[in-house]
Amino acid sequence: MTVRVQTADFDAGREIAELRGSDPRVGAVASFIGTVRDVNDAATVATMTLEHYPGMTEKALTEIIADARARFDILDALVVHRVGELRPADQIVLVVVTSAHRGDAFDACRFIMDYLKTRAPFWKKEVTSEGARWVDARVSDDDAAARWQTQTGNET
Amino acid sequence: MPMPDNSPLSVTAVTVRVVYLARLREAFGRSGESLAIAADAPDVAAVLATLRARDGVWARELAAGRAVRIAVNHQLVAADSPVREGDEVALLPPVTGG
Repeated sequence: MTVRVQTADFDAGREIAELRGSDPRVGAVASFIGTVRDVNDAATVATMTLEHYPGMTEKALTEIIADARARFDILDALVVHRVGELRPADQIVLVVVTSAHRGDAFDACRFIMDYLKTRAPFWKKEVTSEGARWVDARVSDDDAAARWQTQTGNET
Repeated sequence: MPMPDNSPLSVTAVTVRVVYLARLREAFGRSGESLAIAADAPDVAAVLATLRARDGVWARELAAGRAVRIAVNHQLVAADSPVREGDEVALLPPVTGG
């Protein structure tokens, strides 16, 4: 399990290769990359600054991966999340999951992202054509995370 | 008539480190502070009540119904969670990472 918060960009190919290693049990690798869009809520985004809560962030991401491990049959998982100033088209976040079969790899990857969006302490501030503003949380993100609770039924 | 010093009504006070993040840090104009909480059984709700009592932007940002989550020592907790001397109590606006 690997969790990193960093200002530097990441190379998904290299990260995937390192997570897989030469583990012959791996039959499926699922990955997700989140990137900066140039338009959000009808305003043009010039730059975006991502901040987090050092100490809690790493702990929250580690717990999310542990939760994924408990729910899905996966071999390993990685989360890399960038902070600092980003621009449209820049990479923000990478999630990689390895498993024996694709179903668990896909599901665990999506589960980790859905939980990260609602539980990991990151905040986006955009500089747009309308001025600087903190990005509002989306109800649809809460819905996406809540979906896993009804599906697996073991959330209290 | 003034209360005697040894009044059984006196409450204990604990001092916590409060951390303000993202929008709340900007609204309050500070990233954190040391805060004394006087209550019979100091909890997260008592921390919020102490801050709300400052009125102005504090009362507005922390009004009931505003989406603020609380982490004590880096763990998200409910309002009735106790706080102890030296705890780090963070006030988090809704998160928007990923």
